[in-house]
Amino acid sequence: MVGGTMTLFLLICAAISLFWTPGSAYEIVIANRFLPPSADHWLGTDQFGRDIASMLMTGTQNSIVVAVVAVSIGLFIGVSLGLLAAARRGWTEEIIMRLSDFSFAFPAILSAIMLTAILGPGGVNSILAIGLYNIPVFARLTRGSANAIWTREYVMAARASGKGRLRITFEHILPNILSIIIVQATILFAIAILAEAALSYLGLGTQPPEPSWGRMLNEAQTLMFLDPMQAIYPGLAIAIAVFGLNLLGDGLRDVLDPRLSRKR
Amino acid sequence: MTEEALPIPVLEVRDLVRHYRLPRESLFAEPGHVYALNGVSFEIQKGKSFGIVGESGCGKSTLARNVMALENTDSGSVKILGKEVVGLNFDQLRPHRRHFQMVFQDPYGSLDPHHTVGRIVAEPLAALGSISKAEKQRRVAEVLQSVGLKEHDVEKYPHEFSGGQRQRIAIARALITHPELIVADEPVSALDVSVQAQVLNLLKDLQEEFGVTYMFISHDLAVVEYLCDEVAVMYLGEIVEKGCTEDLFRTPAHPYTKILLDAVPKPGAGIRRDRIKLKGNVTGQTEQRIGCAFQDRCPMVEDICRKAKPPLDPVGDTHLAACHFSARLLEKA
Amino acid sequence: MTLLSVQDLTVTLATNDGPARAVRDLSFTLEKGETLGIVGESGCGKSMAALALMGLLPSMSKTTGRINLDGKNLLEKTETEMCRIRGNRMAMIFQEPMTSLNPVHTIGHQIMEPLRLHKGLSDDDAHKETIRLLDRVGIPNPKARIDNYPHQLSGGQRQRVMIAIALSCKPHILIADEPTTALDVTIQDQILDLIQTLVREDGMALILISHDLGVISENTEKILVMYGGAAVETGRTDRIFEELVHPYTQGLFAAMPRLGRARSKRLVTIPGTVPDLISLPAGCTFTDRCPLATDICRETPPPVIEVKGQHFVACHHVEEARARKTEELFS
Repeated sequence: MVGGTMTLFLLICAAISLFWTPGSAYEIVIANRFLPPSADHWLGTDQFGRDIASMLMTGTQNSIVVAVVAVSIGLFIGVSLGLLAAARRGWTEEIIMRLSDFSFAFPAILSAIMLTAILGPGGVNSILAIGLYNIPVFARLTRGSANAIWTREYVMAARASGKGRLRITFEHILPNILSIIIVQATILFAIAILAEAALSYLGLGTQPPEPSWGRMLNEAQTLMFLDPMQAIYPGLAIAIAVFGLNLLGDGLRDVLDPRLSRKR
Repeated sequence: MTEEALPIPVLEVRDLVRHYRLPRESLFAEPGHVYALNGVSFEIQKGKSFGIVGESGCGKSTLARNVMALENTDSGSVKILGKEVVGLNFDQLRPHRRHFQMVFQDPYGSLDPHHTVGRIVAEPLAALGSISKAEKQRRVAEVLQSVGLKEHDVEKYPHEFSGGQRQRIAIARALITHPELIVADEPVSALDVSVQAQVLNLLKDLQEEFGVTYMFISHDLAVVEYLCDEVAVMYLGEIVEKGCTEDLFRTPAHPYTKILLDAVPKPGAGIRRDRIKLKGNVTGQTEQRIGCAFQDRCPMVEDICRKAKPPLDPVGDTHLAACHFSARLLEKA
Repeated sequence: MTLLSVQDLTVTLATNDGPARAVRDLSFTLEKGETLGIVGESGCGKSMAALALMGLLPSMSKTTGRINLDGKNLLEKTETEMCRIRGNRMAMIFQEPMTSLNPVHTIGHQIMEPLRLHKGLSDDDAHKETIRLLDRVGIPNPKARIDNYPHQLSGGQRQRVMIAIALSCKPHILIADEPTTALDVTIQDQILDLIQTLVREDGMALILISHDLGVISENTEKILVMYGGAAVETGRTDRIFEELVHPYTQGLFAAMPRLGRARSKRLVTIPGTVPDLISLPAGCTFTDRCPLATDICRETPPPVIEVKGQHFVACHHVEEARARKTEELFS
């Protein structure tokens, strides 16, 4: 519940920022720099006189877009590969799992840096980098949990009634591992927001003047002693997003389990 | 019609062999094998119950999976209603599956917790091709009623039922295609005694009503005696004795059968009686040996048992035993 | 003096759906060297009673009544004192020998540990004693087996190791909770035989818990039949099997398929299912499934009536239950 509300709040912020922000997130007015919070500037302004509240709201857009797309890439490709590995076993499984082991050998941020170094920095490339990193995580998790379900007697019963592997995968395997995948997705969603922030912080993600939470943190770092609130706001935003998503994941898992949702 | 004179058995198993490969212990070592089934043959006539008893590791569950064509068979033949199922691939088998269904041991593990009872019970209908929704509903309601569940139970989930009721759901699922053969692998061993009796009686009633044939696997000899017309005793992947229930339980012709029967504790028999004790555990699943499978634990073992494998020979009208000394055992009884 | 005397033992578990009385007003005594069988189906409270004796109940439970061991109430002991009693005075073996042994230690290590801790034996002596114990519980070649890990043993052998651990400090009472349920009949036979021999030789008292009337009847002198947390029938084993009185015991016996029983005869079934401990009536726990039940059964706990010497039944309708045959009762 709480997680849902927090996530919803962020989504609304991002949606509103599409057509309205309290101030301008891009307009530089040097005269207005370092203003304290006021009616005009809810959270004050930064060193260039930009409105922090507006930057945060617009930044939510960027963060959420990056995280959603990156996690979706990982989710669809990773889960499909994992299900395939579990359903086919044998060589298919070996190849998929060894490939994912191989990609695990590279630290996530490092490979993202490598990728953006090759493709050039930017929002789209950082999405790609984070998404690629998510694939083996999902593949591994899916295969592991799917293999456990394949040994259940109800799967045996489904095979005994003549259902093929594909059909069993969608009717029995996927519903039974969905809750695990969703929890993992929300965790990775949070990680993706952090990763985007980290890449932007390094100057490899969202490019200026597009605001992003990570870049706001990056810029605030140099002004830590001058105006600490500038670092605290985006930090808080990231914390709320991560925390809310994790709670949402737990909540979804409970809703999806018939044993918990329908009491006797 | 000439076919009436010689009815086709519902299930005919011939020389069924299944060996599992063990993982290699080292890169260059020959991989070991578990010899789970070493040439098992039997047949079941329509409307009869055939019991298979034995201890864990004797291959009885492997036998069930092979009869159900749920794993690859190494060699031998399984004919269901005269049709060979060994060697058919999954798609070729599908239209035939309506004739043989299975009931599993664990009433908790054999029902998908995410599916409603209606969906679980209707699952085998998938093999029948397209059926209208109304027809499906009608058959589900009908089959639930015949196992003693209510029509409105279709909307519920498995966790809302007790173990005994879950096993009824599993039996309903097996019955829905009106199969000729139901393979039941320890269907009552996870249930409490008072509930077990309900399920056993249900199985008996369903047989009377629908004329269904059972291949009934159990470690519990008393349960098999109650339900089955014919029994086979398995040891290390082989049938060591086979016959109609009365003969086999009253005058066992294999020492293993006799020991198994003796080992069952009997309520009201007073503080323990004296009897033949069986030493050691089941050994030898991973080796192929010369002579009798039971030689390591047999109290009657002699030299010949280690040299020659006793064939499964008739010792009575329909009674077969694989022991060199069956005659001696029967004489004593 | 009576070795163990349990009076009005009641265990209440706090669950999400409210308090569940897992054991209610259970009383029995156990003399030195005596064997007692507790029989009942799942959820009847037999395992809970055993755990209560050992002081091993989960923390969300409340225990009342008295458990007197040599006249001292165990329920008043502190956890430290109970630690000394467990293992030394009372030992327990469980159903699943695989999960009760630690897979990362050798079996020798697991037997030696209590010997060193409780008895203060030196490493050398503990080693010798362990080999002696393994030999005593019938593990072949104990000198080599002492270095085995649990997964290298079969189910029956693991249960033997569990028994060796239980025996290591020479307890006065051995509690065996379904010790053979996970084993094959021939192995069950061996293990029960071993327990019998050890009990006889050491003069231990035994509490054998099982769902199997056959196992209980062949291995105990006294029986306690439990249903829904309460004792419904108690007494000397031979007396009870001469005449089963309580409708539940009658039904349970008749529902069991037994070897050599006429095959054409249908099994008697007790209607309904094993009860939910939360919604049990205040009176007799068997009310909802009992063919003789009347209003008084639901509201008032049944009186305990001695039907014959050393054979007690807790039922409001003992005379009717005795007069009617089981088949008639449950038809």
